[in-house]
Amino acid sequence: MSDQIDLAVATTRDLNGALHGLPPDTNRTLWRVLNPRGQHALAVGVDAPIRVEIAGHAGYYCAGMNGGATVVVEGNAGNGVAENMMAGRVEVRGDASAAAGATAHGGLLVIHGNASARCGISMKGVDIVVGGSVGHMSAFMAQAGTLTVLGDAGDSLGDSIYEAQLFVRGSVASLGADCVEKEMRDTHRTALAARLQAAGFDGVDAGSFRRYGSARRLYHFHVDNAGNY
Amino acid sequence: MDQGPSTPPRPAPRPAPRMSATFDPVTLAEIRRAAATGIYDIRGYGAKRALPHFDDLLFLGASISRYPLEGYRERCGTDVVLGARFAKKPVELRIPVTIAGMSFGSLSAQAKEALGRGATIAGTSTTTGDGGMTPEERQSSATLVYQYLPSRYGMNPDDLRAADAIEIVVGQGAKPGGGGMLLGQKITERVAAMRTLPPGIDQRSASRHPDWTGPDDLEIKILELREVTDWQKPIYVKVGASRPYYDTALAAKAGADVVVLDGMQGGTAATQTVFIENVGLPILAAIRPAVQALQDLGLHRTVQLVVSGGIRNGADVAKALALGADAVSIGTAALAALGDNDPAFEAEYAALGTHAGSYDAWHEGRDPAGITTQDPALAARLDPVLGGRRLANYLAVLTLEAQTIARACGKSHVHNLEPEDLVALTVEAAAMARVPLAGTSWIPGGGGGQ
Ligand SMILES: Cc1cc2nc3c(=O)[nH]c(=O)nc-3n(C[C@H](O)[C@H](O)[C@H](O)COP(=O)(O)O)c2cc1C
Repeated sequence: MSDQIDLAVATTRDLNGALHGLPPDTNRTLWRVLNPRGQHALAVGVDAPIRVEIAGHAGYYCAGMNGGATVVVEGNAGNGVAENMMAGRVEVRGDASAAAGATAHGGLLVIHGNASARCGISMKGVDIVVGGSVGHMSAFMAQAGTLTVLGDAGDSLGDSIYEAQLFVRGSVASLGADCVEKEMRDTHRTALAARLQAAGFDGVDAGSFRRYGSARRLYHFHVDNAGNY
Repeated sequence: MDQGPSTPPRPAPRPAPRMSATFDPVTLAEIRRAAATGIYDIRGYGAKRALPHFDDLLFLGASISRYPLEGYRERCGTDVVLGARFAKKPVELRIPVTIAGMSFGSLSAQAKEALGRGATIAGTSTTTGDGGMTPEERQSSATLVYQYLPSRYGMNPDDLRAADAIEIVVGQGAKPGGGGMLLGQKITERVAAMRTLPPGIDQRSASRHPDWTGPDDLEIKILELREVTDWQKPIYVKVGASRPYYDTALAAKAGADVVVLDGMQGGTAATQTVFIENVGLPILAAIRPAVQALQDLGLHRTVQLVVSGGIRNGADVAKALALGADAVSIGTAALAALGDNDPAFEAEYAALGTHAGSYDAWHEGRDPAGITTQDPALAARLDPVLGGRRLANYLAVLTLEAQTIARACGKSHVHNLEPEDLVALTVEAAAMARVPLAGTSWIPGGGGGQ
C-alpha cells in the first residue's frame, strides 16, 4: 500500500507537511506524488527513511536538504536537485538542471541523464553519479565527496577544488584552476566500482575512468598565483 | 662710508617641509608595503575613513508645539516584532538592537558564548555566521538567527530548524560583492571540521550563492527554506548597502520577512582594505531609499528593516529608527563591549606593531583581548559570563539613551521617532538622510531618488 498525494489538488505545503510529520519508524514508507508539473521545493527536508516517487518533472530544489529519504524523480529535475542533502538517496531518471547536488554533505545522488552547469558545486561529502554528461564549472570549489561522470565534463571542471575526488569516463573540455589529473590507483577503482554498483550502473568498468582532484597549490595565498584567485 | 658692524650672513629661508595631503604617511606606507609583499592588505574592522554618519544629524527635541514625555514616569516602548509577515513564530525582542552575524572561526567559542549571554539578558537576538552554528551559541542564546551564506559551511537542516530565524546573506556592508575569508592561522581542527576543509589552509568563501542567482531564484530559495522549516521561522535577507532601494524592493517581493541592510562602516573579520574603504554606501545614505522601497510597496513596518554599520550609541539607534528602520544591529561595538581594543592590553598591542584603538588584525588570530582568535590560551582570557554581563550593560545603555531621546521628542515608543524629528548639520547629510539642513527648510537633492 502506498500513500498518494496528487498535486493537481493538494499543495506543496500539504506534501511537505505530511512527509515532515512522519516519525522515524513510520510504516507508511512509500509515497507517490502525482502531477508534480515542475513545482518547486517538492519533498524537501525529509528525514524519515521513506521512498518518495515523483511521477513527472520537478522544479527547483527537489529533495533539497534531504535527511534520509529516497526520492525518485521519474522525469527531469530543475535547479539544485538534492541541494545540501545530508543523507539518503535521490535519483533523477531524466536530466537535471544546474547546481545538482550543490553543497550536499552526504547521501547518494544519481542522475541517469545529463546534469547541467555547476553540478556538485561546493559539494561537502555527497557522492554524485551522473549517467550522462555534466556542464561547465562542475565541482566548483568542491570540498569533499565524489563526482562520477559516465559521459563528458564541460569547461573548467573542478575549479578551485579542495578535497573532493572527480572521476570522468569521457572527455573533459578543460580543467579549472588548481584541478589536475591524478593517478587512478586500486583503492580508487575498488571504491568507484562500489559506488557505480550502488548507483545501479553495475556493468560499467571502473577502470575506464580518469581521476581528477586538487593540486593544492592555492591552499595558501601566494603572489605568484594571484591570477588564479 | 661706515657701514657699521657687519652681520653674519644668514642662510636663505627654506620652505617648511610639507606632507602631501594626497600622499599622506599612511598612503606612502601602504605603497612600500605593497612593493615589499606583492599582495593586497587584508584586515578586520570596518571603513576607517571619515564618512557622513549619524553624527551629522541632530534631534530637535520638544518645543511649544511638541511636548515631551516625562523622563522616568511615562512609558517609552522599545519592543520589536520581526517576521510576522509570513512566519508562524515571529521573533519578539525587548530592545531594538540585535547582535549581528559574526562567525565562529573569526571569533572564539567563548566570544560567541558571551554574545549569546549578553543578548539573552538584554532580551535580544544574536546571529551565527560563516561556518555554521556551535552548540555553545545555541545554548547561550535565547533567540538565535541562523545565517544562510554562499559558502554553506556547516549548513545543516537540523540547525536551520533549531534556529529562531533564518538570515539569507547576500552581502555585507564591508564588502558588498565579496566573499568571506579566513586565513590559515585560524583554521583549527574544530573550525576545519565544521567547514569540511583541511586544517590550516587559507580559506576563501564564495561570494555568490551556489544554487541561485537573481531575484526570481531568491523567491524560490525562500520558498524552499520555508517548506523545510514548515513556515515557522522568519526569513531575513541581508544585503550590503549598495543599491538599497532595489535590493530592499527585490528582497521584499521575493518574500522576505525582514531586510537587513549593512552600511560600509560595518565590521568584517577579514577583507581587503581596498574593498572595505571603497565599496558600498555609508549607512546614512542607505536607510531612506530602503524605507522608500518598502513604502512604495505598502510594506513599511510589515517587512521590518534592520540596519547596521557603525552603530555606537543610543543616539545612533534613535536616528536610525527615526529614519524608518525597525531595529539596528551591532558587530564592532559589541566586540568593543567585550574588551576589544581595550587600552588595558596596550603593551601587547604595541608588540603587534599597533595600539589600542587601532588594532584591526582580526584575521591573524593573535587578539590580545582573546576575542578574534582560535588560540586556546588567548581565547581563555575572555570570561563568557563576565563578557555577557558587559554586553548586557552596554545594550541597556543604548536602549536607555534611545529612550531618553524619544521621550524628549514626545514619543511613547522608539518606533514613533520620525524624520521630522531630525535636522542635518551638513549639506551632504541632509541630502542623504532627506532631512532639512539645520536652520533651513532645505532638503538638498529633492528628498527623493532611488
Ligand atoms: C568579527 C566579525 C565577523 C563577521 N562575520 C560575519 C559573517 O560571518 N556573516 C555576516 O553576514 N557578517 C559578518 N560580519 C558583519 C556583521 O554581521 C555586521 O554586518 C557588521 O559588523 C555591522 O557593522 P558594525 O560592525 O559597524 O556594527 C562580521 C563582522 C565582524 C566584526
